[in-house]
Amino acid sequence: MNGSVGISQETVTVSSIEKQTWRNNASWKRFKKNKLALFGAFILLFLLFVAAISPLVAPYDPYVSNVNELGGYDVLAPPSSEHLLGTDSLGRDMLSRIIYGGRVSLSVAFVAVMIATVTGIILGVIAGYYGKWVDTLIMRITDVVICFPVLFLAITVATILKPSLFNVMIIIGLVSWTTMTRLVRGEVLKLREMEYIEAAKAMGQRNSIIIFRHILPNILAPIVVQATLQTAEAILTESALSFLGVGVQQPVPSWGNMLNEATSIMVLQFKPWVWAPAGFAILLTILSINFVGDGLRDAMDPKVKN
Amino acid sequence: MGEKLLQVENLRKWFTIEGDTWFAKNQSVVKAVDDISFYINKGETLGLVGESGCGKSTAGRVILQLLEATEGEILLEGENLAALSTRQLKNKRKDMQIVFQDPYASLNPRLKVRKIIEEPMTIHLKLSKEERMEKVKQILHDVGLNEAYMDRYPHEFSGGQRQRIGIARALAVQPKLIIMDEPVSALDVSVQAQVLNLIQDLQAKYGLTYLFITHNLSVVKHISNRIAVMYLGRIVEIANRDHFFEDTKHPYSKALISAIPEPGSKHRRERIILKGDLPSPVNPPSGCHFHTRCPFVMERCITEVPDLVDVGESHFVACHLHNE
Repeated sequence: MNGSVGISQETVTVSSIEKQTWRNNASWKRFKKNKLALFGAFILLFLLFVAAISPLVAPYDPYVSNVNELGGYDVLAPPSSEHLLGTDSLGRDMLSRIIYGGRVSLSVAFVAVMIATVTGIILGVIAGYYGKWVDTLIMRITDVVICFPVLFLAITVATILKPSLFNVMIIIGLVSWTTMTRLVRGEVLKLREMEYIEAAKAMGQRNSIIIFRHILPNILAPIVVQATLQTAEAILTESALSFLGVGVQQPVPSWGNMLNEATSIMVLQFKPWVWAPAGFAILLTILSINFVGDGLRDAMDPKVKN
Repeated sequence: MGEKLLQVENLRKWFTIEGDTWFAKNQSVVKAVDDISFYINKGETLGLVGESGCGKSTAGRVILQLLEATEGEILLEGENLAALSTRQLKNKRKDMQIVFQDPYASLNPRLKVRKIIEEPMTIHLKLSKEERMEKVKQILHDVGLNEAYMDRYPHEFSGGQRQRIGIARALAVQPKLIIMDEPVSALDVSVQAQVLNLIQDLQAKYGLTYLFITHNLSVVKHISNRIAVMYLGRIVEIANRDHFFEDTKHPYSKALISAIPEPGSKHRRERIILKGDLPSPVNPPSGCHFHTRCPFVMERCITEVPDLVDVGESHFVACHLHNE
């Protein structure tokens, strides 16, 4: 018997089978079309690059107070050809501190979000997929963590662990995994009822493969978006912690603790070069990350046509 | 008739709905499947009919061990599935597959068609990559799809084509039993016929056995050798197709049959319109579940659950009218 029943077979012209490279990958093609995302990715890569090679590009040592020709410290000097972004209240070169601060702020944010995302995905998938008492247990723990005000918890942990760069990463990770856990659990619960998951179970597929092949790829989009937003949030949390003296400690510069100079009314009103660059750097980073996040979400969804 | 491939004995699936809070336990039980027994012979199609919510899909899932049975036995070729170890069950899954109702929810949108059809083979068959590709091509051809579709994603297909892909996936490991869970209900009428014909042709080609779950009696009439009617978790009538349509016994089946539209027929059939709605399965009526809507209700029906009895020529019916 002929297998083709019913409709006549549509003749399709298949585009010659190209070799799979990242250049002709469909997701990358879609991402490329989104100019804003491309722009964001460019800015972000630029910032990361500068952060990575900061000793090479920073014009001055960010820890050293500069001395002017009169022999005094060159404090709160406005931008000039010598100091492109001026100097801060201790006479340190602002541009160099911005560059080194980016290094600190970005690594704190990325590591913290990494911790939060990995924890969130693991706990969320376990809770959502296995359900029952495991779910109840994980979600109650999450609820308890959510009950603590973020800053209060962070300050407490910081006091116990002693503030340091590494600890700031851990602290931010520790207080921000809950959102990801809830998100992932919700998405897994939604997916678990899908018939293709049932089909995989019916064919005897292992749970680990069901999770990695059928569940995770299908919840990647919300995870990426959430991770993006959390990176922005982590940068802000870091600055808040640094402001309160439990985050990144002086003299190590971070965009967060550089903003604190603005607590002086005099500086806020008359010396904008001391705080504006740090604020702008945060703004630019968060904006770029958000653009990239949006672009990735659309690019990774095969339902979006080219 | 041939030997029995699947035997279901006194199968029960009860769901407890926990409406409880920390302060008060308030459990109610939904008897989605309440003591059903039937068998399917090798190579035949059993149509399982019933209104939505009567437990027919649940029955299908319990048979596949996707849901754990509360009670009862499911024997595939004489082996009790519930008694198998995890590993044995996994091997047994090769012999039974399922085709789902919703062709949009039943295919992973992130996998290419080739991967979707390949997946069961990677679990159960020891084949090289090339051999698997050959098989995928052949199966695609079997279900009437061009092999060039292999590298496409599910969203690039129409509902009917996606259902063909779902069928191809079920066929991939050459199962003995396929549970068709409303495989054509979500499709356009014009496409329904094509897919039904495909399902029949594949049965003839591979000697498949189907449990065909549907709410559509015309479809069942077209495809089944035998028909079972379910009402609120219980089977009320099982018979050979011709018997069922010519000599319908149960009042519920009669009402269902009278509702089949008959295009072009001159004489108007008496339509039996049932009163009321389907009662809630949380709190089903006592005795015969159907007594609240039955036009022939007797006193006995309210108190006594009718047994499924043989009324000749393997025609079974659960009704006090036929149970003297």
